[in-house]
Amino acid sequence: MNRPGTARAPLRVAIVGAGPTGYYAADALFRQPGLVVEIDMYDRVPTPYGLVRAGVAPDHQKIKSVTASFDKVAANPRFRFFGCVDVGRHVTVDELRAHYHMVLYTTGAQTDRRMGIPGEDLRNSHPATEFVAWYNGHPDYRNLTFDLSQERAAIVGVGNVAVDVARILCRTPEELAATDIADHALEALRASRVREVYLLGRRGPAQAAFTNPELKELGELADADVLAVPEEVELDDLSCAALERSGDRATQKKVELLQAYARRRPAAKRRRLILRFLVSPVEVLDDGTGAVGGVRLVRTKLYATDTGTLQPKPTGEFDDLPVGLVFRSVGYRGVPLAGVPFNEQWGVILNEKGRVLDLERKEPVVGEYTAGWIKRGPTGVIGTNKPDAAETVACMMEDLAQDRYLRPASASRDAVERLVRQRQPHCLSYADWLRLDEVEVARGREAGRPRVKFTRIDDMLAALGRGERRE
Amino acid sequence: MMISSLLARKGVRVVTVQPDQPIRQALALLAEHNIGALVVVDPGARPIGILSERDIVRAAVRDEQAIFDRPVSALMTRNVIVGVPQDDLASVGATMTEKRIRHLPVVEQGRLVGIISIGDVMKAQRDQYQGEVDTLQFQLIGEQDRPAARA
Repeated sequence: MNRPGTARAPLRVAIVGAGPTGYYAADALFRQPGLVVEIDMYDRVPTPYGLVRAGVAPDHQKIKSVTASFDKVAANPRFRFFGCVDVGRHVTVDELRAHYHMVLYTTGAQTDRRMGIPGEDLRNSHPATEFVAWYNGHPDYRNLTFDLSQERAAIVGVGNVAVDVARILCRTPEELAATDIADHALEALRASRVREVYLLGRRGPAQAAFTNPELKELGELADADVLAVPEEVELDDLSCAALERSGDRATQKKVELLQAYARRRPAAKRRRLILRFLVSPVEVLDDGTGAVGGVRLVRTKLYATDTGTLQPKPTGEFDDLPVGLVFRSVGYRGVPLAGVPFNEQWGVILNEKGRVLDLERKEPVVGEYTAGWIKRGPTGVIGTNKPDAAETVACMMEDLAQDRYLRPASASRDAVERLVRQRQPHCLSYADWLRLDEVEVARGREAGRPRVKFTRIDDMLAALGRGERRE
Repeated sequence: MMISSLLARKGVRVVTVQPDQPIRQALALLAEHNIGALVVVDPGARPIGILSERDIVRAAVRDEQAIFDRPVSALMTRNVIVGVPQDDLASVGATMTEKRIRHLPVVEQGRLVGIISIGDVMKAQRDQYQGEVDTLQFQLIGEQDRPAARA
């Protein structure tokens, strides 16, 4: 048998999703000794980098510098990018199976988890992820509107997305103008009347997911005071014992920082950010017009599960927080891809170490793989996806060696490109992206910003001299 | 990190055994699936015990020949510590290390949904640290200077 992977017959791999995991996997594949591999990376939006472009906060430019390593991977002549191509709509999964030896799904976790409480869908109650996609200029979200005439906002959750949203709401227009925040968001936030922002954590300060640098950053906002409620940042006995047992100095430091915030006197800055702990929303309250009027909170108390995890339970003591705007940030969730087995329980593609499993027999599906958040759920930092992608690529190599791969009817680069361009004439290549990148950076230079983002597909096409109407 | 993310990449197979099955069958399952422990479940799929290689080794030394026909219930460890999918990886790791537990059944609403080994925990923690180190290195010193990038 002529196993693919040679110069004459390269291994052909499709990667669906151009986020960090897709690049880490591509890099791991290109580094396989003695293997010649051709990679086509698809993304439904025109631009690459996934959440590095559409998720990472605009005031965290340093984190975005990781894209330099992604561009190096993309510079491989055997790498192609098909931007603005939605797998499932423009090309089907079956068509990918007919053109590649292996298909790797790295579509991430595209939707948010719901809180599952009454009033969640009232006007002015939003998933934080939509706000994030909006201020980062994701083309699908740029037309959303948020009622920033409200003076009080609550963010449910204390993970890094929640903290990002809090920071963006509390930054001054001058602070924001130095970032690559989308122009439409900058304009809207300039007129924002939000002056009090609450971050709500169900557990205590020792269990908060944000990191110490993120917490410190909150204390250094130009025109917002950060506060905490003294009794909520005092450690309970269980947390104390757990902290002592683990000897975790970072958490110790986090608690000290929070206690210092609780002791701070407000410096009469224009905005206030209040960190709340041991409170859990039970209802989003209606203001009488179908819009958010507040959040009903129940105070919680921690208890230890069998494994020593401290979890919250309601005490029966309630507290109404008057706010006019709610952002829920209680986790992301993967979205199923038509024709790919999905594990509803965990919101991921059904898999074992990255091998996609058949729904019926729970056996590996030949030639199909997954990595990143759609494989393990939304956890970790960007770099966590590197070992995760490596694990999947190791499975791919094992399977290749055992001759377990798809036998595509048409394994040619040209055939697939013809198909893609016929279905989506506005498909963007990596060269197109690099040109857009240059234009964005140049526009930013004039304005003293890292870049000024394109947020409309039509504008991107126009900048590339492909201005005709898009379907 | 919650332990649900460890289960998410482990498929859905949990190899279980009934309390009245003979040890001979349990051994066959351990060998077939190349694993170190079986969750013992009642007819309602609720975990009631765990049977590890070590339980069998200890009994083999005691009983010699008779062991193969004895029921699983005679050798299994009862009062098993179980986890829930929302448990923190760090707490689970600490508890497993301290109490010298190598396998943790995970239940949701009384139903067994997975099993996590100490090896799974170690791997997840290592990947987490590796990811953080990689991300931090990148921000501090950039791609060119990283030893890993030259490898």
